[in-house]
Amino acid sequence: MKKIFIIIILFVSATVFAQDDVYPAKPQTEKITLANATIHVGNGTVIANGFVTFENGKITAVGESSPASPGKLIDIKGKHVYPGLILSISQLGLVEVNSVRATVDHTEIGLYNPNIRSVVAYNSDSKVINTLKSNGILFANVVPQGGTISGSSSVVQLDAWNWEDAIYRADGQVHMNMPSLFFRPNPFAAFLGLAETRNANDVIKEGLGRIEQIKLFFREAAAYHKEATHSAVNLKFEAVKGLLEKKQKLFVHCDIVKEMLVAVDFAKEFGFDVVIVGASESWQIADLLKQNNIAVILGQQHSLPTMMDDDVDQPYKAATYLQNAGVLFAINDEDGQTRGRNLPFNAGTAVAYGLTKEQALTAITLNAAKILGMDNRTGSIEVGKDANIVISEGDILDMKTSIVTHAFIQGRQVSLEDKHKQLYERYKHKYGIK
Amino acid sequence: MRRFILFSWVLLLTALSRAQETFPVNGVADKRSGIYAFTNATIVKDAATTLSNATLLIKEGKITAIGTGISIPKEAVLIDCKGRYIYPSFIDIYADYGMPVIQRTQGGFNFNAPAQLTSNQKGPFGWNQAIRSDVNAAAIFSPDETKAKNLRESGFGAVLAHQRDGIARGTGTFVTLAGEKENMVVVKEKASAHYSFSKGSSTQTYPQSVMGSIALLRQSFLDAQWYKNNPLAEGINLTLKNWNEQQNLPQIFEANDKWAVVRADRIGDEFGVQYIIKAGGNEYQRINDMAGTKASFILSLNYPAAMDIEDPHDARFVALTDMKHWEMAPSNAGMFEKAGINFCLTSSDLRDVKQFMANLRKAIEYGLTENKAFEALTKNPATLLGVYDQVGSLDAGKIANFLITSGPIFSEKTVIYQNWIQGEKYAVREELWNDAKGIYTLTVNTPGGAKTFMLDVKSSNSANVIAKDTVTGRFTFDGKQVKLNFPEAKGSRNNIRLSGIANNNIWSGIGDDVNGNRFTWTAVFNKEAETKADSTKPKMTPKTGKITYPFNGYGFEEMPKQETILIKNATVWTNEKEGILLNTDVLLKNGKIAAIGKNLSETGAKVIDGTGKHVTAGIIDEHSHIAAASINEGAQSVTSEVRIADNLNPDDINIYRQLSGGVTSSHILHGSANTIGGQTQLIKLRWGANDEGLKFQGWTGFIKFALGENVKRSGSTQNNRFPDTRMGVSQVLVDAFTRAKEYEAAWKKFDEEKKKNPKALGPRRDLELDALVEIMNKKRFITCHSYVQSEITDMIRVADRFGFTLNTFTHILEGYKVADKMKQHGAAASTFSDWWNYKMEVLDAIPYNANIMQKVGVNVAINSDDAEMARHLNHEAAKSVKYGGMSEEDALKMVTLNPAKMLHVDDKVGSIKVGKDADVVLWSDHPLSIYAKAEKTIVDGIVYYDREKDKQLRIDLAKERARLMAKMIGDKRAGMPTVPFAPSMELMHTCSDHNHKHGLLVIDAEQ
Repeated sequence: MKKIFIIIILFVSATVFAQDDVYPAKPQTEKITLANATIHVGNGTVIANGFVTFENGKITAVGESSPASPGKLIDIKGKHVYPGLILSISQLGLVEVNSVRATVDHTEIGLYNPNIRSVVAYNSDSKVINTLKSNGILFANVVPQGGTISGSSSVVQLDAWNWEDAIYRADGQVHMNMPSLFFRPNPFAAFLGLAETRNANDVIKEGLGRIEQIKLFFREAAAYHKEATHSAVNLKFEAVKGLLEKKQKLFVHCDIVKEMLVAVDFAKEFGFDVVIVGASESWQIADLLKQNNIAVILGQQHSLPTMMDDDVDQPYKAATYLQNAGVLFAINDEDGQTRGRNLPFNAGTAVAYGLTKEQALTAITLNAAKILGMDNRTGSIEVGKDANIVISEGDILDMKTSIVTHAFIQGRQVSLEDKHKQLYERYKHKYGIK
Repeated sequence: MRRFILFSWVLLLTALSRAQETFPVNGVADKRSGIYAFTNATIVKDAATTLSNATLLIKEGKITAIGTGISIPKEAVLIDCKGRYIYPSFIDIYADYGMPVIQRTQGGFNFNAPAQLTSNQKGPFGWNQAIRSDVNAAAIFSPDETKAKNLRESGFGAVLAHQRDGIARGTGTFVTLAGEKENMVVVKEKASAHYSFSKGSSTQTYPQSVMGSIALLRQSFLDAQWYKNNPLAEGINLTLKNWNEQQNLPQIFEANDKWAVVRADRIGDEFGVQYIIKAGGNEYQRINDMAGTKASFILSLNYPAAMDIEDPHDARFVALTDMKHWEMAPSNAGMFEKAGINFCLTSSDLRDVKQFMANLRKAIEYGLTENKAFEALTKNPATLLGVYDQVGSLDAGKIANFLITSGPIFSEKTVIYQNWIQGEKYAVREELWNDAKGIYTLTVNTPGGAKTFMLDVKSSNSANVIAKDTVTGRFTFDGKQVKLNFPEAKGSRNNIRLSGIANNNIWSGIGDDVNGNRFTWTAVFNKEAETKADSTKPKMTPKTGKITYPFNGYGFEEMPKQETILIKNATVWTNEKEGILLNTDVLLKNGKIAAIGKNLSETGAKVIDGTGKHVTAGIIDEHSHIAAASINEGAQSVTSEVRIADNLNPDDINIYRQLSGGVTSSHILHGSANTIGGQTQLIKLRWGANDEGLKFQGWTGFIKFALGENVKRSGSTQNNRFPDTRMGVSQVLVDAFTRAKEYEAAWKKFDEEKKKNPKALGPRRDLELDALVEIMNKKRFITCHSYVQSEITDMIRVADRFGFTLNTFTHILEGYKVADKMKQHGAAASTFSDWWNYKMEVLDAIPYNANIMQKVGVNVAINSDDAEMARHLNHEAAKSVKYGGMSEEDALKMVTLNPAKMLHVDDKVGSIKVGKDADVVLWSDHPLSIYAKAEKTIVDGIVYYDREKDKQLRIDLAKERARLMAKMIGDKRAGMPTVPFAPSMELMHTCSDHNHKHGLLVIDAEQ
């Protein structure tokens, strides 16, 4: 009987090889200095042979050569140091397997859900999380989808026991999906012998009508907050208080120029801090966005051009238009097949098509932190900020050298184990591969 | 009497039916022989013969004589046609006139809906509901007076009508547009047989793709052939019986698109049929391919209308290709004429038949000659349908179908007065026959005495009254009734209102004035008005842009030529034992790699400085879904009969986009909707070539198989198609190959028997099983979509059992778990670098997969399965350096030499080796670097993508867009009809396996 029990144990431990032996790191206890490395500060500066010292989770010194009292000195000669990368928009922890409904928690029923909080559904044990850390991504903004106002998102750090531990910045953004102002005819209509019942004007009229409804919602919410007490609490109005007080930002998801211009109009009417998410057509109005202080989170860089007439590399160089116009923008990775792990390479592509390497790095670190309202704590390797640091063998933006060897979140050296490395080891073992 | 003819039959539609012997008469018999003589006319008998001052004589609906100096029987009704023209009425060879309305099921295609696996048609018919060869148009024909009237008014006298529904559509019937009983208007009961690629109202799931329609047609030919011997196994099959009976008729295929034309013609070639092809309007874009079919064509005159794109937001979303087509569509017919291709014209695609003449004139303005236009509406259709002995010209013995017009038929000012069909008159603009033009003496018998005016009638609705002053009256004349209202003098308030009837050249009637007086009046024709010379200038052929190959912004005006190219001083990744060569030259000549070495020189070669740059073999994408009109025929679990090659789409912009990423060959796979999918096609990215030109020559074919979630339709909650589990998938495979083995044995037995008995009946040829037999005989190879280790192992065991090697596992994300088994079996692997977790079967996918399989000894490639990712497959390969430390040379091989090996073309491509095809990429940087860009992509020694030239293309494209937008907006401002803006959407095909975002305007064809 006992024997059987042991066999079962063995069997279980053999199949549940997943990640149950990967633990979130304990708080930093000793002072650490990383030395002899190329430090990419994140704000455009590069220190060729530099060091960074951090203590109690905070960066205490950054500079050339090495400090007088380094604490534990880690010599990383020849390696590159970067701020922890930030995934500005993701469904991390809300979706495990896209095709399995039971594992999908990103879209709630209803049009107006500002009171929805994504972070409460964040699964800090998602198998995807560690694969991101392995590529230097230490933060993700966990975003709800669907409806007109989808809810608020929170930024999580990727080394936590549970969602409460994971929160890095809670409920910093409210997400709104711009009603479509773009007419998409049914491409199969002709094939099926059906007549198109609507035209572009109908769609725009309808969209503008829906936008007016959203404005009405915010006007009523603003009026509601002028009074301190209410006989009936309106949770939806309560949920946008931070937005009206500019403690939260309004993230507007849209792509088309007309839609983006409406987003600008929102900023003007309500004084919201507006960030446009997606923005594949933003390169056409970069100057207007700058003029109106609208920040942008670009969707997938690795996309096909919108129009067959577009430059074949149009999406790859979209970031360069924004950079040149001085728009605050972040680069993102939304790919459903790779789950965000290629964020640094999306930025690398932007370098091939016009950005400098440091500009591209800023677009996935400091700019992202600014847009997410946490640049006082992270996004660059500067004294006083949290020690959110990644070390790579070489250029982190170029896959052939982007090999992450260490990562620190708030000074804690986090494990870089993930399911993939474990399966790799398992099968190297099987085949006797060294 | 010079100008006035007595119309005793004005405006009266003949209600009298021609006598029909077997039908009882209700009333008194009224037999008439309808003898008419049309005299003094200009008669255009046919395109070559015009008779002046001639007479046309008809009797009992037929032409009895035509010419000058013919004797006119006394009993003939005489119609003086002086100044008039007579033409044969037109023939529309592509009409659905008189056919019942097709009931179509509404709603879009749903990939996850339950399948309808068998036909809903009741009766002893064939298995597929879209093969409607049982339809006999004559039997369901019912004249439709409203439609007939519209057609007649556009000059048509007879049409070929058929039911436009299904892939095989049965027979068409040739009928006149007379308003008579069916029996009398059907000229030829079965005049044609009809086909298309569209399954129409069929609710059966198969086929659901263009290539499925093609396969179904091909199999139907084979089945019908086999059925001729009345095989016991089939019983009675009226579909096949009818199919066979229709083969001697003219065969008409509705293609409606330039590439569909080529596809249809290819089916015809295979089975010895020359189709007459109904075109769609874009054929001028590939006129040489059209000529190559040797087919006669049916051209519609439907042109796209200008779009309202004044809003720049909107204009952005209209593609150049659509604007160019808008500009050039009216030149289609003219281009056919110039290319010497036989064609007919049809009104069939017009929203309103009344546009026909205007659009025809536009075609003439854009280069079609009047003579050809006339033949295309008369002799050509009649000849094609074998009814030129009855219609299509004016000759004795033919049906009396003719037009009487005011002038040359295609002139803008010409009106058709009457359209005579089967000897019956149908009025068109008869009121204009006598347009009443001229000077009249008008006498108004007012109480104060007769007043006389001069009446100058300008047209049937305009006249001046001249006395002391010249005043303009309100005048109408409808051929019989005259109405006139005029002030007595300029500024006078005494309006005189007259109304009367015209009797020849004398009009008379009654009138009122403002004082309430009532009186009579008469007007007598005095003299003809002076006619002014026609001042309209002949129109210049409008200027248009140029045709490019392909017909879009990145197409070539002239195809690039093969060059001798010498790349100097580059880093050359040979993929051979020489490894990476520094400061090396590569010479490309006659489409091959001619030399590799230092300090090469070649006179006449174009020298490219490769200093600091890298040269690699062109990237080969083992798994792609670009450049095809359809990808998935998922209606059945086994569809090995369908072929991607049947529906290549050379216009796909993604060909150019992949070239910009260094891709030179793509393996276009069937999707993964079913276990045994379709036959694949390896192409070279010869941008601008036609579909045949894309094919990789000298390649042995492959076929796509698929396992797991997609083929068991995990996404559907209503699956009724076997299999629903991986257990079932295994049995689909075993069953298919078991049947194929028996099939092969049956053919072998038959081949033996035939030697003894030449009359022996063979087995039914089955395209589905043919492909499977090829696999077992190593004449076709499998690339198998697969994910988890259980299904991979089982597929290997099925292959073992039937004695063939499973050539390639594609996707194969758990390949690392069974790499040893794959190695032992001899299977190759084509995988993704780092995809995972998008569905259950990829839960254990790891980015180290390629490394492990490679280390175990499997030949590994990295593929895209995605038009975007294919643009940077070099970066995908580089990820194996990151994940697992593969050597850089080996990594690059995974997107060049290794796929070449698994596709059995490594003797031609995949490395930089003397003698191999000059499929080469010049990179700006280390080819595995994210910063590397393809500067030149060369296929067969032809530079198809050049980053420098691309810059110029962008400038030219912007200019051409600007020109066309201005022209479109100009049309709108000039008051030409416009349609609301609609964006140019891009249809894209995928495996239906992943959830990629491809941009705003892309529609996933499988969604």
